Amino acid sequence: MFEGWDAVVLARAQFAFTMSFHIVFPAFSIGLASYLAVLEALWLWTGREVFINLFNYWLKIFAVAFGMGVVSGIVMSYQFGTNWAAFSDKAGPVVGPLMGYEVLTAFFLESGFLGVMLFGLKRVGPRLHFLATVMVAIGTLISAFWILSANSWMQTPAGYAVNADGQFVAADWLKVIFNPSFPFRLVHMVLAAYLTTALVVGAVGAYHLLRDQHLAGPRVMFSMAMWMATLVAPIQILAGDQHGLNTLEHQPVKIMAMEGHFDSHPNGAPLILFGLPDEAAAKVKYAIEIPKMGSLILKHSPNAPIAGLDTVPRENWPPVPITFWSFRTMVGMGFLMLGLGLFSLWTRWRGTLYQTRLLHIFAMAMGPAGFIAVIAGWVTTETGRQPFTVYGLLRTVDSASPLAAPAVGSSLLAFVIVYFIVYAAGLTYLFRLMAAAPHPGEQGPSGETPSHAAGITPAVGATAHGAAE
Amino acid sequence: MTAAIDLATIWAFIIAFAVFVYIVMDGFDLGLGILYPLFPNKTDRDVIMNSVAPVWDGNETWLVLGGGGLMAAFPLAYAVLMPALYTPMIAMLVGLIFRGVAFEFRWRTTRSERNPWDLAFTGGSLLAALAQGIALGAILQGVHVEGRHYGGGWWDWLTPFSILTGLALVVGYALLGATWLIMKTEGELRDKAYHLGWYLLFAMLGAIGAVSIATPFLNIQYTQRWLSWPNIVLTAPVPIAVAGVTVLLLRALANRWDYQPFFLSLALFALSYAGLGISMYPYIVPQSMAIWQAAAPESSLRFLLIGVAVLIPLILSYTAWAYWVFRSKVRPESGYH
Repeated sequence: MFEGWDAVVLARAQFAFTMSFHIVFPAFSIGLASYLAVLEALWLWTGREVFINLFNYWLKIFAVAFGMGVVSGIVMSYQFGTNWAAFSDKAGPVVGPLMGYEVLTAFFLESGFLGVMLFGLKRVGPRLHFLATVMVAIGTLISAFWILSANSWMQTPAGYAVNADGQFVAADWLKVIFNPSFPFRLVHMVLAAYLTTALVVGAVGAYHLLRDQHLAGPRVMFSMAMWMATLVAPIQILAGDQHGLNTLEHQPVKIMAMEGHFDSHPNGAPLILFGLPDEAAAKVKYAIEIPKMGSLILKHSPNAPIAGLDTVPRENWPPVPITFWSFRTMVGMGFLMLGLGLFSLWTRWRGTLYQTRLLHIFAMAMGPAGFIAVIAGWVTTETGRQPFTVYGLLRTVDSASPLAAPAVGSSLLAFVIVYFIVYAAGLTYLFRLMAAAPHPGEQGPSGETPSHAAGITPAVGATAHGAAE
Repeated sequence: MTAAIDLATIWAFIIAFAVFVYIVMDGFDLGLGILYPLFPNKTDRDVIMNSVAPVWDGNETWLVLGGGGLMAAFPLAYAVLMPALYTPMIAMLVGLIFRGVAFEFRWRTTRSERNPWDLAFTGGSLLAALAQGIALGAILQGVHVEGRHYGGGWWDWLTPFSILTGLALVVGYALLGATWLIMKTEGELRDKAYHLGWYLLFAMLGAIGAVSIATPFLNIQYTQRWLSWPNIVLTAPVPIAVAGVTVLLLRALANRWDYQPFFLSLALFALSYAGLGISMYPYIVPQSMAIWQAAAPESSLRFLLIGVAVLIPLILSYTAWAYWVFRSKVRPESGYH
């Protein structure tokens, strides 16, 4: 099996597959951990029961999603060595310590406090438990910091030298960490994570409001989620625009592929809305374009010249159709999110936020939009970096392990089978948890009723054993 | 140059420490999965799961540190070993996926009898343990290096010796699992764990013996390291200590002292691990790559060392706190789920 296949292509397929399945969970848990911290803070502050019910409701979902994120993440941390050994040898001295710091500052923090967050409310009391929740939330953000720094360094390498063995060596760690694209990518990804979570929370709230407009839990979560979409979607679009300008400065070829600019435009480039990029013919077929708009967006001047792929040797082209379409998918999702936010704002102003069925249906349909946008965005940036792993310096073909196609193909097949089993089950359980409405007296993963934990109510019956110890 | 040598040695000990903490912490956790089929009763299974549910994720983070640390500190060794251990590594990852999701999934399925995730927990734990043991054996027997790459085939790891080390680790993890249950449970479940503890201790001693006898035959260097004069003065205490710990373990099992067997089993692991260290040092890829050859440039070693020095003590303290919070015996009615 897999004789005659290209091992590097199989290794890339494996990375794309395992990464796509992995990234949705961190994106969700970064946002959800922060949301849980907010809910618990509101509970501690106001004492309103609805907040602890929502906290416990989403905590169960967090537990399932986090576990799936952890196991798919371990796969990623070993894949650099198994499939990309040459990359590990050459870039390991720079990328390795960044990921080492991710493990030390983030993974341990998350996993160390996760047990207490999930099961320990009764044992440690509400204040220490809140601390654990906050630690988990901070851990997810620190994790994003380091992994995006490592990825951004591969996109816009800085602060390095190359030694006699051909390895990248850090000359200035601050320049490595805060490389030119890192701040933009970090902001864009963290906002994406918050939006993704808000859309899921909003969709679940909308689903339950469609059945009963008077449920307290769904009302609160729907309102919170719609505020998030209203406020963050426009900020995200601005952040994306800034990220794009940064990419134009440091990785212009990626922008050419994203925009479908095969030809240079000395007197202002059009904005190609849609079309079919044809790499062989080096043109976009059936293009629908707005004249001068491309230059206006990228250079803020309608007649500014913009170079095209005709100025770049073909062997340095990224795969144009994928980059072109994934970019449009992401942007499309972003504008739909903006639309949802504005629609909710209008109904909120009219006082019909919980009654407008059309809004609820729209919000439900938008539940997966964040995940689609996140995957499409990553496909854009990673495909657009090709044919390099370290942009401009280390080619993808020179990064792979010395493995034959059958080895890489078999492991790819194994991961495909395993992920489909595990993810099908996981999604089923997640949907089942979301399909039940949060209710008064909602229990967390521990099955302990939280009001006992606060020490307000004396322990009752069988649920009290943990606290007695 | 002296500074670089020192850094590489320090890092070798850090990686060895991370891997050992992983073995200590995830070993009992995988061992529980291996022993799971011997506890068919659903209540027992719930208790077993709950005894590690709050901590398993932290345990596996040490594996990520081992892998990530190896890439950062010894990128060349990471680049050579991972392709050499390709199949065992993939098998380990697949095993860890199945057992990892089982912790949450088994409570979420509607099929309460013959829970499919119980099978995933056992199968995944067994596969991961076996793969780790095989990987260890494959490293010990040496891998073929060409230049800066792995130069062998993708089945080179499979030998009778690596199968032996694979089985040995499964037995060892099962012993840790059984003694963990002795410490964390009560009643019939604990009685059964005591019973298993006896068998597993003798199996573990057999495994240690078999691997110790087989190792010198792999390579003359190992024989010289262990048996030549004056090395033997330094190496002889290891088997003597194994005998001593065994006596203490037998006594603890006989007297049913709940807490001692687990820690004495860990001592057996520590001694076996020290034995491995004696065999391998200063090689990170036996017979072909010493730690200094594989070490990352000084700037990388130095940069991450600061983090390790500051953060590992912090991590150990909040991990200890998490264990302390959940320190009590687990009872069926006080389940977390």
